[in-house]
Parts: sequence; structure tokens; C-alpha cells
Amino acid sequence: MSRTSTGLLVGLLLALSPATASAQQKAADPAVIAKGEYLARAGDCIACHTAREGKTFAGGLPMKTPFGTLYTSNITPDPQTGIGTWTSDQFYQMMHNGRFPDGGLVYPAMPFASYTQVTREDSDAIYAYLRTVPPVKQLNKPHDLTFPFNNRSLILGWRTLFFREGEFKPDPTKSAEWNRGNYLVEGLGHCGMCHTPINALGGSKQSQAFEGGLIPMQNWYAPSLTSNKETGLGDWTIEEIVDYLRKGVSAKGAVYGPMAEVVYNSLQYLNDDDVRAMAVYLKGLAQGGAPEKASTSLPSAESSLLLSFGKSIYDRDCASCHGATGQGMPPDYPPLAGNQSIQMVSAVNPIRMVLNGGYPPGTSGNPMPHGMPPFAQKLSDDEVAAVVTYIRTAWGNRGEPVSARQANELRAATLN
Amino acid sequence: MDRFLPLTALLALVALPIDAARSQTTERAPDTMAARVLACAPCHGAEGEGTSDAYFPRLAGKPAGYLYNQLIAFRDGRRKYPPMNYLLEFQTDDYLKKIAEYFASLRPAFPQPVPPVDSKEVLARGEEIVKNGDAQHGIPPCSACHGPALGGMEPGIPGLLGLRAAYISGQLGGWRYGTRTALAPDCMQIVASLLTEDDVKAVAAYLSSRPAPADPSFAPRGSLPMPLECGSEPH
Ligand code: HEC
Ligand code: HEC
Ligand code: HEC
Ligand code: HEC
Ligand code: HEC
Repeated sequence: MSRTSTGLLVGLLLALSPATASAQQKAADPAVIAKGEYLARAGDCIACHTAREGKTFAGGLPMKTPFGTLYTSNITPDPQTGIGTWTSDQFYQMMHNGRFPDGGLVYPAMPFASYTQVTREDSDAIYAYLRTVPPVKQLNKPHDLTFPFNNRSLILGWRTLFFREGEFKPDPTKSAEWNRGNYLVEGLGHCGMCHTPINALGGSKQSQAFEGGLIPMQNWYAPSLTSNKETGLGDWTIEEIVDYLRKGVSAKGAVYGPMAEVVYNSLQYLNDDDVRAMAVYLKGLAQGGAPEKASTSLPSAESSLLLSFGKSIYDRDCASCHGATGQGMPPDYPPLAGNQSIQMVSAVNPIRMVLNGGYPPGTSGNPMPHGMPPFAQKLSDDEVAAVVTYIRTAWGNRGEPVSARQANELRAATLN
Repeated sequence: MDRFLPLTALLALVALPIDAARSQTTERAPDTMAARVLACAPCHGAEGEGTSDAYFPRLAGKPAGYLYNQLIAFRDGRRKYPPMNYLLEFQTDDYLKKIAEYFASLRPAFPQPVPPVDSKEVLARGEEIVKNGDAQHGIPPCSACHGPALGGMEPGIPGLLGLRAAYISGQLGGWRYGTRTALAPDCMQIVASLLTEDDVKAVAAYLSSRPAPADPSFAPRGSLPMPLECGSEPH
């Protein structure tokens, strides 16, 4: 849709809104509200629109980006400080086209680039649900962005390059299940927001500036879900993908880092059919051939020394949980042999796991997870590099060695 | 639970040799709290006894309600220590309660108190504040809430013995500078801000010089006068 016709549409919507608003005073159907609640879970609205220990949906959560801090909005039905006066048309316009009721541009940290796929019916259900949550009087905190990013007109450039407005259109050549999975993953799930660079929008560095800002600031790496080089989902069964997404642990690997938030706040609440549909769709994306073998950048004599050093640390500190041959005790202690998430070109994730440890999220399917201790105080940079090199290359794993410098740089990564 | 495991294993061996062989490759982690909280061991010890690092506190034997309040505070960022905030971020209230109850139930031995390096005057000042407070500066006696034997009170007030000086002064500092907050009304925030730097040093020195009781004895709920209201210890 071109900019002029959007403008026209906005005008039309504004002209129509009083009538629509009064039509909406009627109480919505409880079934629609329940559906809206479920879809809001699928969209993980709560994770961004609720501050820590703050009131649900009252916003105020700081989102750090390389350009400063954005604060999320109050989306409770409070008429002054929330979205209580919005009509369902205006709400749809926000979800679908990333514009405020006055036509102003929304920062893409609000994942409208994914939500644009959401159907009108589903948007209306979320709207109906949000009208039933307790209203909270809390003014939005102004964003704190550096020049020139504090200028909203810059978003236009981003939109021209990376925003493709459009509701989801099912692919008639694929199964209903695949289509449902496609809709959830690319739409409400906004999985592409972290799992860039190769997302549906063909985003590149510039789109990451907005989209993936979250991840660079957090220093975690979200593998591209569309690339065979990165995800190992080709080897996973549907059941294993479902377990991973819904319980947070699986026979192939455990959820950690920012993905834990997604499972904790969103995916664990989805029904089995929907998670299965997502798994079917994801498995389709990752198909075709084994991941490529990475080439080693260290000379072999040096790397074999590093490896035997790494093995001695592994046997002492890791084997009790992850097994002498990296087989783990799945799903409680994930296997490391064949675990694609530690072999990716970026070694950020395995280094951080060794430094910081972690717990998979507590979910209804795995309410009392086992945890991994942090090793930041116990192991030196050289030892971290050696043990991570070992787990990335032992047992047929195909990752590249890592250096003590890489380990050192991640000691300062923000934890929380 | 534990006790039945060998029996199950035996049955499996007798009845289903093939399955038992397979279950070796898919061995599960022990289904115990001890295994679940191994992630805490490098800093708090395998039994919550603490470590040689003076800043890492003992957890064992503290009132479960107190430990639970701390775990919630770390999860929600109200009490800050980033490595712990990160570990607990996505855990449920129910699980944190189980973890708290588990550490509350453990009774590993206390370390020997370190012989005090501080002067008699400093220790005497500490003892005075702990037992009698300082009426002139409005400081209530610590024992009014933590108990005459300083063993704490159920459910939310911890004992003050068996902690090291660096940890005690670190916590009192945390309340004064806002990195530690308890449920409102936060009485410890008021108490800590009435103390001077020297007072903090003195109570930390005195408390850490006292031997800890072998068996922690909490005062029963509601049995102490409590000169201030505390959100962590509702009446
Ligand atoms: C990844 C974080 C994130 C998620 C997930 C998210 N939002 Fe947002 N949302 C934001 C941010 C940031 C803003 C502020 C954008 C701006 O000021 O340009 C915002 C703004 C909004 C607004 C505008 C409100 C106003 O008055 O400013 C609405 C409505 C909204 N979001 C609804 C939703 C709904 C519904 C969902 C779930 C389907 C959702 N958001 C999920 C980050 C998020
Ligand atoms: C907030 C950022 C973020 C969002 C949003 C996100 N992910 Fe992730 N995801 C990550 C990170 C980081 C990892 C790597 C850590 C791990 O493997 O647990 C990951 C890992 C994964 C993996 C494992 C890949 C592998 O090869 O091991 C899958 C599958 C996955 N995500 C699916 C999804 C789906 C489906 C969605 C949308 C519903 C989604 N993610 C949304 C950050 C995110
Ligand atoms: C007490 C048991 C335990 C020990 C010891 C342990 N781990 Fe872990 N490890 C875990 C658990 C549990 C997870 C899942 C954590 C999560 O999801 O946040 C994990 C996850 C990982 C991961 C991420 C893989 C994935 O799919 O989740 C890596 C890499 C890893 N561990 C490496 C190591 C290394 C290297 C050592 C030794 C220096 C080690 N671990 C020691 C229990 C342990
Ligand atoms: C990296 C070291 C580290 C790890 C790992 C760690 N803790 Fe802690 N913990 C600390 C430190 C340091 C403090 C004191 C923090 C402060 O308030 O300054 C603390 C404080 C606590 C307290 C409050 C104690 C009191 O008396 O107030 C509890 C409870 C606790 N930790 C539980 C846990 C649990 C449960 C785990 C495992 C899930 C864990 N910790 C893992 C270092 C650690
Ligand atoms: C009005 C009651 C009250 C008084 C008086 C009081 N405390 Fe406390 N104290 C508490 C409560 C309640 C907690 C638990 C706070 C929480 O939930 O974090 C606590 C916790 C503490 C802790 C944290 C222990 C740990 O393991 O982390 C220390 C240290 C402490 N108090 C020292 C003192 C000292 C020293 C004094 C005297 C100067 C004192 N308190 C007087 C109520 C009191």
C-alpha cells in the first residue's frame, strides 16, 4: 500500500471512528474475550507491556537499544493514560500498520512488522480482551533516545526498506497445520524480531538496528530460524520441538537466555495443536542437508593442546551433568554432543552459559527445572576458552575454537 | 522418593533387561531438590552452608518464609545481585517456595567464628546496640525483632548469628543505598539508616564474633515486641 492511500485510509478511519466507538460500547462476547486473552499470550504483549513488579499491561518497561532507551506504553483501558478511548479500528491500525490514531509512526520495537500479519478478527479479539483488563492510571514515560533516533520521521526510512504491510494469506498448497504454524511464527509470535538476520522481511543490518537491538544489547545470539547452517531443527522430531517450545526442555536441548522469557511468558500457555503447528512450520524452514562444517582458524598443534586442556576441565566440571561423552541427562541436563545451538559461528551463547550458568524457565510442563552453576568465578579466561572450544569440537561437533579474549569480553555482558 | 529408587531400578533390571540397558543412555538427573539447586552450590555451598567468600551468605536453617521473601525479591529485581537475579528470573512462586523450604530444612555445621580483630570498645558498642539499642538516636535494639538469642522469628525474620562481618555490613549498606529493599513497610531500611558507619562496623564486628547455635531456634511467630512494623513479618 502506498503512502498516499494509507493517508486516505487514516482520514477515512478518523471520520468513521465516532460511530464505530459507540458500536463498541456493547459488551463483547466472553468467548471472543477468552480468545483474545489467548492470542495476547501468543503475541507475548505482557512481556514488553508490563514492568517488573509493575501493574499488568501498564507499560513502563525500559527497552535498551543501541540508540537509547524506549519505554513501553500503557495498554490498559484507562481513558487518560491508556488506550481506553481507542476504537477497534484504531487498534487494528496500530497492529497492522504501526501507526498511532493520529497517524504518527510507531517505533518498530513494537513488533508491528510481524503483527501486520494478524487477521482483523484476531486483532478485534485482542482488543476486546484488553478492554476487560483492570485500567491503570499511569502516564507513559517519554523515550530516551539519542539524536537522530529521537526523530520519529526516521522510522519512515526503516519502513520503506523493511516494512511490508499485509495480512497473512494461507498457502493453499500447504496443509492447514503448516499454515497455522506460519501464521503464528511470522505473525503474533514475532519470532523474527530476535531471529534475524534472515527473516521474512529480508531485514539486514539496518533493520537489526531497530528490530534486533534487544539482542545486541543483551549479548545473546538468536540463531536464524531459516538457515540450515544455524539451526539444527532438521534433526529434531516434531515432539522434541514441541517440548522445547512448550516445556522449555527437550531431549535435544534446553531453552536459555532471552528465549527463556518467550517460553515463560508466551509459548507455555499455547495449546498443543498450536505449538505442534509451529513445530511443523519450523521444521519445514530448517530442512535440506546437514549444517555446514565450520573451518578451524587455529593451527592444529595449538588447537589440540587447547583441546586436551579443555577436556581436563570438562571432565572435572561438566561431565557430572553433561556426561563423559556429552550425552547429557536429557531433558534435565541437555546433551552437548550434536547440540546445534553451541556450534553456531557465533560462540556467544556457549561462552555465556559457562560464565553465567542458567535455569530453563519454570513451566507447567517442567515446573521445577534443574539448573547449571555459573563458572565465572571459578574458571579463568583461558579455561573458559579451552572448555568451550572442547565442547564445540568434541564428539563430532563442528564448531570453531574460541579465544580467551572472546571469553573475557563477555564477562562484562549485562545479566539482567 | 530417594529411598525407593534402588528398588525401582532393581525391578527394572529383573523384569525388563532391555529397557534397563536403554535407560542407561537416557539416564535422568536425580529427581531431588539437592540436584535441582546444584546451580547455587558454587556460592552457597552444596548444603547452603556458605563458602569461604565472606560476602556469600549461608542459607541453611534460615526461616523458610524469610528465604522465600528473598528469592521473590531477587527474581523481581527488588533485591539486586545480577548473577542471582538472572538465575531466578523465570521461576514460579511455587518453585521458589520449595527451594526456600529445602534450604530452611538443612543443618550443616556452622564455621568457627573468626576471632575478632576489632577493639574491645568497638565490640562493646556493637553489643550495646544489638541488646539495648541507642535511645538517644532512636535505634531500637536488634534483639527486639531478631530475638534475645538473635535466632530470628518465624516466618520472616532471620537469625543474625553465623553471618560474617563483611556480609552484615554489606546488607546494612544495601538498605541504606537502596540496592536491597524488603516488602513495605521496610523496617530494616529505617533501622539501617539510623546507624552511622561506625555503628554498622560495630554491630557487624560484634555479631560475627558470636558463636552460632548448633540448632537454630526461631522465636515463635508474634512472640517478640517489634518496635516497628515490617512488611516481611505480618502480624
Ligand atoms: C518486543 C516488545 C513489544 C511487544 C512484544 C509488544 N509491544 Fe506494544 N509496544 C512496544 C513499544 C516499545 C511501544 C511504544 C512504541 C512507540 O512509542 O513508538 C508499544 C506500543 C504499543 C501500543 C501503542 C499504545 C500507546 O498509546 O502508545 C499498543 C496499542 C500496543 N503496543 C499493543 C501491543 C499488543 C496488543 C501487543 C501483543 C499482541 C504488543 N503491543 C506487544 C513494545 C512491544
Ligand atoms: C527475545 C528474543 C527471542 C524471541 C522473540 C524468540 N527467540 Fe527463539 N531464541 C532466542 C535465542 C537467544 C535463542 C538461543 C538460545 C537457545 O537455544 O535457547 C533462541 C533459540 C530458539 C530455538 C532453538 C534453535 C536451536 O537450533 O537450538 C528455537 C526453535 C526458537 N528459538 C524458536 C523461536 C520461536 C518459534 C519464536 C517465536 C514464537 C522465538 N524463538 C522467539 C531468542 C528469541
Ligand atoms: C549441575 C549440572 C551442570 C553442570 C555441572 C554443568 N551444566 Fe551445563 N547445563 C546444565 C543445565 C541444567 C543446562 C540448561 C540451562 C538452561 O537452559 O538455562 C545446561 C546448559 C548448558 C549449555 C547450553 C546448551 C543447551 O542446549 O541448553 C552449555 C553450552 C553448557 N551447559 C555447557 C556446560 C559446560 C561447558 C560445563 C562445565 C564447565 C557445564 N555446562 C556444567 C547443567 C549443568
Ligand atoms: C554467583 C554466586 C551466587 C549464586 C550462583 C547464587 N547466589 Fe544466592 N547469593 C549470592 C550473594 C553474593 C548473595 C548476597 C547478595 C546481596 O544481597 O548482596 C546471595 C543471597 C542469597 C539469598 C539471601 C540470603 C539472605 O540471608 O538474605 C538467598 C535466599 C539466595 N542467595 C539463594 C540462592 C539460590 C537458591 C541460588 C541457586 C538458584 C543462588 N542463591 C545462587 C551469590 C550467589
Ligand atoms: C522492627 C524489627 C527489626 C529490628 C528492630 C531489626 N531488624 Fe533486622 N530484620 C528485620 C526483618 C523483618 C528482616 C528481614 C527483611 C527481609 O525480608 O529482607 C531483617 C533482616 C536483617 C538482616 C539481613 C540478614 C540476612 O541474612 O541477609 C540483617 C543483617 C539485619 N536484619 C540486621 C539488623 C540489625 C544489626 C539490627 C539492629 C541494629 C536489626 N536488624 C534490627 C527486622 C528488624
